[in-house]
Amino acid sequence: MQILPNGIEVEGLVRDFKGGVRAVDGIDLSVEPGEIYGFLGPNGAGKSTTVLMLTTLLPPTSGTARVAGHDIVKEGAQVRMAIGAALQEAALDGLLTGREHMRLQTALQGIPKHERQQRGDDLLERVGLTDAADRKVRGYSGGMKRRLDLALALVHHPRILFLDEPTTGLDPQSRADMWQEVARLAHEDGVTVFLTTQYLEEADALADRIAIIDHGKIVARGTPASLKAEIGRPTLEVEPAEQSERDAVDEVLRRFGAPVTARPGAVAVRLTGAVDQLPGVIRALDAESLTVTDFRLHAPTLDDVFLAKTGRKLESEDREAEAVPA
Amino acid sequence: MRTQIYEMARRSVLQTLRQPALIIPPIVFPLIMMAINTGGLNAATNLPGFPADTYLDFAIAVPFMQCALFACINAGAALARDVETGFLKRLAMTPMQRAALLIGQLGGVMLVALVSALIYLVVGFAAGMDFEAGPAGILALIVLALLISLAFAALGAFVGLRSGSGETVQGFFPLFFVLLFLSSMSLPRPLIEQDWFRFIATYNPVSYMIEGVRSFIIFGWDGEALALGFGVAIIGAAAAIAAASSALRTRLVRT
Repeated sequence: MQILPNGIEVEGLVRDFKGGVRAVDGIDLSVEPGEIYGFLGPNGAGKSTTVLMLTTLLPPTSGTARVAGHDIVKEGAQVRMAIGAALQEAALDGLLTGREHMRLQTALQGIPKHERQQRGDDLLERVGLTDAADRKVRGYSGGMKRRLDLALALVHHPRILFLDEPTTGLDPQSRADMWQEVARLAHEDGVTVFLTTQYLEEADALADRIAIIDHGKIVARGTPASLKAEIGRPTLEVEPAEQSERDAVDEVLRRFGAPVTARPGAVAVRLTGAVDQLPGVIRALDAESLTVTDFRLHAPTLDDVFLAKTGRKLESEDREAEAVPA
Repeated sequence: MRTQIYEMARRSVLQTLRQPALIIPPIVFPLIMMAINTGGLNAATNLPGFPADTYLDFAIAVPFMQCALFACINAGAALARDVETGFLKRLAMTPMQRAALLIGQLGGVMLVALVSALIYLVVGFAAGMDFEAGPAGILALIVLALLISLAFAALGAFVGLRSGSGETVQGFFPLFFVLLFLSSMSLPRPLIEQDWFRFIATYNPVSYMIEGVRSFIIFGWDGEALALGFGVAIIGAAAAIAAASSALRTRLVRT
């Protein structure tokens, strides 16, 4: 196993729970120093269990992993010194203020006394919580709690940061703010970020590389672009000028691919080839004297990748999961 | 380690100060109970063999025990909340030693118990309590009261860590209250008429804690009562701290 000082190397990691449930089933991973690594999967896929093992909070059943060059089982204390983590729920004390959280965390992390207040203030400013620093955390919004959680994870200058679904439940603006901060940490400060998410657009926007986990196994890995290129088949969506010509347009498009669901009034196919089919499509439509008002080419998404690898759509699972009443 | 303990104790005190419901009942409720009992049961002092001239002198020991019960619930509920919110996992990610969490949390609760004990004494003296053991006895009583609170707070910490549920901790409150009532809280053991009640009170360790506190007020320095009171409190505290430490080790898993 190659040892990366700011990276993560995982070989054959397994975690079984009581009742024979295997939450993580022999995964291999290699996270390069300074990259944002997206760990993508639906609820219950094994993401959080993996994070708990890599952050030393859950011993693996078998397999090995080194985080920041240290074995997660034999060198737990060294691992913890090198990492920061914001776990799935923002683990905060609602009775303390943001500043009191920073004071406690800096003290427990062993920051020298004369540096604690400055470090806390700097981080609160960095995550935009200076104005709210003296308010009790129970009055914070979800986004503020997540930002404080992130700031707390950073007090001891970790080289590797684990973020377990950091934007779940956040509004779009808070989510965008979090993405911006995570990107800054990786690209400006050189922090390696291991990010679990169930949001495809989050992995797509942030991650340099991703791994997709399903039922405890890694089903795909690579850069978002390479994974999408692997699927390689864009979708073409065409809206006829006259709805009476819809069937004729559909007939033409079927020569170039299999029909897929389109928005109302439009016709769509997944192309059998690549983008170079487009001139042929246009010529065929022209030959039939069909006119169109909209002509859209959709590149493959990570959801297409998930569908291809697992036979299911991740986004629909997310929606179903979100629809379940708490 | 010292910094860790201090910061955890500070957090515990802040948590308590910001929840008036955790401060007012341990101070006010036992005093109200004592006032009611003192008013209603003063005739008990006429019983042959009753050891005190006023029921106040006899009953003032009880608030110290009730305070210990509140310490139990407060410590347990705080730790259970840390389990429920995941705050314990955050602490586990730091180099903090497990002992610091427990000592800090219990230390914060003990501080509230100390303030409560001082208030009970001030109210007792203001109400005319006749204290036999003198100034040194006041200090010794406070030490015993804190030991008792420590034993119960550690027991609460054990329940909170073991169950990880604030509701479970609250559920223990009636049980502890029954223990208090089935003790020599209201009458000296020899004067309890019912055999079954006297039998339970004799084997109930709470009786010896109350009698230890009471002895300072009524008898001065009673070696037997103090040995039993301090002995039961020390053994109880040691056993409860050991149990809480074990529960914390199980709960705060890290490699």
